[in-house]
Amino acid sequence: MKPRLKVLWLQGVTCNGNTHSFLNYPHLSYVLETFEFLYHSLLPSTYTLEEISTCVHECDILIFEGAYDPRMERVGTSLETLVSYYGSHAKYVIAAGSCASFGGMFKHSDPEHITGLGFDEKEPKGPLASSPKLINLSGCPIHPEWMGYTLRMIADNKPIAVDELRRPKELYSYLAHHGCTRNEYFEWKVDSDHFGTKEGCLFYKQGCRGPMTHASCNKILWNDVSSKTRVGTPCFGCTEPDFPRINMFETKTNMSIPQDVPVGISKRSYLTMAGIAKSFHIPRLEKRLIDDDA
Amino acid sequence: MKNIPEKPATTKKEDRKTSIMQTALKLFSTEGFYTTTMPSIAKTLGMSVGNFYNYFASKDQLAKELMLYISTVLGDKLREINMTDVSVKEKVTMIVHMYFSIARERPELIEYFLRVFLSNREIFTKECTGMVCVSGFVTELMLFFDEGVQSGELKDQDFFSALGLFMGYLGGMVFLNGEEVLTKPLNEYETAIAENIYNALRKQ
Ligand code: SF4
Ligand code: SF4
Repeated sequence: MKPRLKVLWLQGVTCNGNTHSFLNYPHLSYVLETFEFLYHSLLPSTYTLEEISTCVHECDILIFEGAYDPRMERVGTSLETLVSYYGSHAKYVIAAGSCASFGGMFKHSDPEHITGLGFDEKEPKGPLASSPKLINLSGCPIHPEWMGYTLRMIADNKPIAVDELRRPKELYSYLAHHGCTRNEYFEWKVDSDHFGTKEGCLFYKQGCRGPMTHASCNKILWNDVSSKTRVGTPCFGCTEPDFPRINMFETKTNMSIPQDVPVGISKRSYLTMAGIAKSFHIPRLEKRLIDDDA
Repeated sequence: MKNIPEKPATTKKEDRKTSIMQTALKLFSTEGFYTTTMPSIAKTLGMSVGNFYNYFASKDQLAKELMLYISTVLGDKLREINMTDVSVKEKVTMIVHMYFSIARERPELIEYFLRVFLSNREIFTKECTGMVCVSGFVTELMLFFDEGVQSGELKDQDFFSALGLFMGYLGGMVFLNGEEVLTKPLNEYETAIAENIYNALRKQ
């Protein structure tokens, strides 16, 4: 039997969201068979955090969850020392979640000192800035399958192609908009006035960032069944470096014109298409999808 | 898309189409939409009625294409202004100047919009609903307003309130000018009008 790859799951400034999300991975038994956890706050581990903080062991994969504040201590050892020691020995460093990737939510408590492992929002910064070892799995939290995919690729010794923000292309080349069940409403500019409806797109009135957000949430569904936009709440753009933005349930408009338009499409082209699409009334799209009273 | 040879025949047909549209525009805006007929346009152009129908299958189609054409002409001019690197205030002045210059040099374009398109909605409801025939121009106005708000110069408000204020004012002045009510030539009002529009739209 091949020796199991050694994984260390270390936490910085975090809410534990990624840890909890990963516990929903349906193939957790595969993970435990394939990897040895030197330390994980919830899963069976070889060492205690105290033993890890002495910096004498070595891991193959460092998974770091939470924002990076070099001054923060884990059992008396600073994150600066921990990340520098384990990061330099590991073959791969996985930033789990948007805080570890870009600073995320917790960066806002101290924007001067807190960053991601290799990025401060979208600028390279932090202990693993420009490191070829770094793999960013942004998301708030990460989708368990995204971590599962990355670990499997590493275990199978397969290359992981990444984008300019070091996110696996296989997972982050898609937009959250791709595969949303509301695409036809988006095309014809029929919007929903409320959360939770089966009908309507959430782009104009509810702040949906699906068309601007690199994430495969509507391709690799959450819990294998659904996604935010499918149930009728807007995508917050949680995988992007500018997350969290303010007023996340609102679409920023200037004189009723959306400030941001789908990625890579000029505003001129978008407005032309949208204006024309909006000119037509499509009764089927304005009706309830399932009308019990009809 | 590269290396596609030019198609002279099509270009020639397009040129001919444009010259037909210019004549039709003049007739529609001076004689009125209903009194101008397809045969009367053909006659003015020295064309046979049969040949004329090769270019436009019906009067309604011609009417729609004219509106698209005007919207493109105005949209292209507005686009140039939008792409100019000056303040929003200066752009307002440039738009007013552009609109009044067209009203002076090619009055049929504005007349058609005001007297045919806006006054005979029944002709346009089917094929020119909403933004379909005016999108070239309206899109550029949207981009202008969007930039104005983003730069902090203009007040954020409903798009149509701003559109009505801007275009309604300009259209109204051209209309008054056409009715020979104004005491001065149109261009002499430009500065005051641009200032009024800017003051009404700007962030207080
Ligand atoms: S709800 Fe969001 S993701 Fe879905 S179609 Fe509309 S904009 Fe796209
Ligand atoms: S739908 Fe948007 S906000 Fe929700 S998890 Fe996916 S990327 Fe994040």
